[in-house]
Amino acid sequence: MAEWGEARKSSLLGKYTQRLSGPQKVTGQAKYTFDINRPGMLYGRILRSHIPRGTLTALDLSPAQQMPGVKAAIPLIEAGKEIRYEGQEIAAVAADTKDIAADAIRAIQFDYDPLDHVVDLGEAMSESSPQIRDWENNQSDRQIDEKGDLQAGWTTADAVVEATYSTEVQVHTCLESHGHVAEWDGDQLTVWASTQAVFGTRRDFARHFELPEDKVRVITEHMGGGFGSKFGPGVEGRAAAKLAKETGQPVKLMLTRKGEQNTAGNRPSMVQHVKAGATKEGKLVAYEVSGYGTSGLGGGAGFTGPYVYQVPNYRTEKFNVAINAGSGRAFRAPRHPQGAFAMDSLMDELAEKIGMDSLEFRKLNDPNEIRHAEYDRGAEEIGWNRRQKVAGSAPGIQKRGIGVGSGQWGGGGGKGTKARVNINSDGTVEAVTGTQDLGTGIRTAIAIIVADELGLQPTDITVKIGDTLPGLPSGGSGGSQTTPSVSPVVKTAAMAAKESLINHLAEKVNVAADEVVIKEGSVTIGNNQLSWKEAASTLGMETISEEGSWDENLREGGAAGAQFAEVEVDTETGQVKLIKIVAVQDCGLIINRLATESQINGGVIGGIGYALLEDRIMDGQTGRSLNSNLIDYKVAGAQEIPEIRAIAHDTDRKVTGIGEPVTIPTAGAIANAVYNAIGVRVRSLPITPDKVLTALEEA
Amino acid sequence: MAEDTTRSTDQPEDRQKDLHQVNKTGLSRRNFLKGLGTGAVAATVAPATLAEADSHSATTGAEITRATVKLSINQQVYQIEVEPRTTLLTVLRDGIDTGGQRIDLTGAKEVCDRGACGGCTILVDGRSVYSCMMLAIDAEGKEITTVEGLADDNELHPVQEAFIEHDALMCGFCTPGFVVASKAILDQNPNPTREEIQAELSGNICRCGTYPFIFEAVASAAKKMK
Repeated sequence: MAEWGEARKSSLLGKYTQRLSGPQKVTGQAKYTFDINRPGMLYGRILRSHIPRGTLTALDLSPAQQMPGVKAAIPLIEAGKEIRYEGQEIAAVAADTKDIAADAIRAIQFDYDPLDHVVDLGEAMSESSPQIRDWENNQSDRQIDEKGDLQAGWTTADAVVEATYSTEVQVHTCLESHGHVAEWDGDQLTVWASTQAVFGTRRDFARHFELPEDKVRVITEHMGGGFGSKFGPGVEGRAAAKLAKETGQPVKLMLTRKGEQNTAGNRPSMVQHVKAGATKEGKLVAYEVSGYGTSGLGGGAGFTGPYVYQVPNYRTEKFNVAINAGSGRAFRAPRHPQGAFAMDSLMDELAEKIGMDSLEFRKLNDPNEIRHAEYDRGAEEIGWNRRQKVAGSAPGIQKRGIGVGSGQWGGGGGKGTKARVNINSDGTVEAVTGTQDLGTGIRTAIAIIVADELGLQPTDITVKIGDTLPGLPSGGSGGSQTTPSVSPVVKTAAMAAKESLINHLAEKVNVAADEVVIKEGSVTIGNNQLSWKEAASTLGMETISEEGSWDENLREGGAAGAQFAEVEVDTETGQVKLIKIVAVQDCGLIINRLATESQINGGVIGGIGYALLEDRIMDGQTGRSLNSNLIDYKVAGAQEIPEIRAIAHDTDRKVTGIGEPVTIPTAGAIANAVYNAIGVRVRSLPITPDKVLTALEEA
Repeated sequence: MAEDTTRSTDQPEDRQKDLHQVNKTGLSRRNFLKGLGTGAVAATVAPATLAEADSHSATTGAEITRATVKLSINQQVYQIEVEPRTTLLTVLRDGIDTGGQRIDLTGAKEVCDRGACGGCTILVDGRSVYSCMMLAIDAEGKEITTVEGLADDNELHPVQEAFIEHDALMCGFCTPGFVVASKAILDQNPNPTREEIQAELSGNICRCGTYPFIFEAVASAAKKMK
């Protein structure tokens, strides 16, 4: 079993390392799928439905097919089938230019018989709603989870809170939209894909086109954000490959912004009716929740609860509600932010009711010792003692408040990655594996691990990822699993390569292997010292190439986090201004502290959008989204960013993933800070000025 | 970020000559716009959220006038045939010059295609401009600089260096836009406060959430450039 050793003594592990892809990214040289231009390439585009529901009665592609510059048009739905949401794919074209492709989709003629639609959660649940899928009253079966004796719990409770918390539909809004460039050479298909899973995408393309997997190559050198929404080819990827096959030319098909916002996934909404009780000594004793939300026509809505805190007696009920809208997909910590926001708000409400400090109450019910330490560290950093003792009691129009939120994530990685480290006779080192870098920095992490093992610098390592061609598979990048899945295999591959080089050198000069020491760019053999290059040159015609293996001992799951927010609420405009956020995150054994801090910032900023800004707004009359663009759908911009203290909380643990946990606690912390500032609770995300003013009015 | 599209009279002589030649081929803006196909007009002016599905009038493409323009990009002159509706962004990313060579300057990104995100930010005569909101024909006679043109003889611009040092990028898709916008800020204001940096960069969106390190990078680049 391998060990990381004393990482703190390493000159690389856990230190600040610049991203290897930095120079390409700041100069515009980094080629994303969107940037791939192939000789003779055509531009694909999808015609989408502008209606939320109806039966397609006719589809005529010929006006498009006859246009100059249009090379192919294919249907994506047959006449007679039901259109079920705005943005559903109807047909696709491939043309010489982007503009001709846009003209061509406008030329396509189609007709439909409208059917009644519903896009509002509450309306969809009512008996008068049209039935839009095979669920009674558009509601899926209840999923129930119970523990302990809820009735007994209520009898021991000294204080009970009942409240309804709701969260919005959040749209991934990847800046590089979903898309592919597909190119055929005979029966060999090469696809540049903006994907979180090159090997999974290869498998899906192979199955769809009934090809052996080794006839498909998927390449993702750089990709512009996925956040959980980019697994597999999707309709657009299959259409791109089909158009390429039909025309015999490469086809680039990237979603338009509107297509991206409407159809490429979202975080489902959630309404949670919660009732919970605690004793006056501060123990949670009962928790009951019924939660439902919409994932469009899919079944992905949910929440985790009871969240983080221990409750001996509880009952949770969850179900999905169907509406005519694009379906949800996994989104950075699926189900957690919904659960955390409701639970963090609830904990605050209960603490106030029993007259206990909110942090104290949390500690009494949170069994995680790492988070206890994080609470203390964060409380000191934000100045918890400056919090309003009585919520809303500060004088003036602009009122400040402080709040706390919590999070927990698995992220322990797993088997399935193959990786290889090559040492060439010219001293170059390659690390090869089939993972992909979504912007998390795994490329640099791999270089750090290999360099640390071989006594080199990260820039000495050529990292080859994002390509299925070498045949070294790795899993999709989801669940914060990439670093803990890939690191152990890369580490053991580097260890094996190092051992091979040592054995080779020992044999060459006839010494025992333990007399060969590789360290800090040089190799010592007995009394002789060689540079790394000189040592490698002794390989002559040979190349050292070693595979790594999975090692349980190098990774660990279960990352605890806590965040604190300070806000200033303008009680006249309802505007919530963020002053400061402190994020304390257990990051396990950190490979690259710089990228880790970036990821903490990123998670917090995603959480800011979720808490204050983002919301997909559907129009009931037309059944269409009103903000499927970047003007009206508000993601956090430069002006919304407060001071953020990203604290990577060091623990003596192994490598873990933190992409997701860092976005979970933010909304709860902000919501609690708003309450502390104004003394009125907003239980609905996003906390927009209208909601703040309404809450103040009703108080 | 309104851009004055009238051509200044103090153009260098050779550029004036280029313009003159182009005009001889029929490219006065007025005549050029008159040649627009109706479909193209619909595509240009329809509201953002409704454009794609609603403007369902067919365009054959046959009646669209095309003209050849000369664009000076990163100090290299390209001759390109464009339609009136062709944006500068489309030319940079997808344009093919009259010699059949792709321009292939894909640093500027297409993200929102509606002037809402800054992913396609470039410099036109030194000022930052959304290239998705500028027609290629309006860029004639102006000096266009893309992110690919910022580095000097393979020496990175201080802003580029600072972005790398401060990890002011994650997925990197918004990075070219931020780098160019940051350079433009520092050219105008060599000593920006954090508030000024935030205000000036509010036309650019990053979804990974790299803003705090971008602010640090711009401040650090400002120091370096002194």
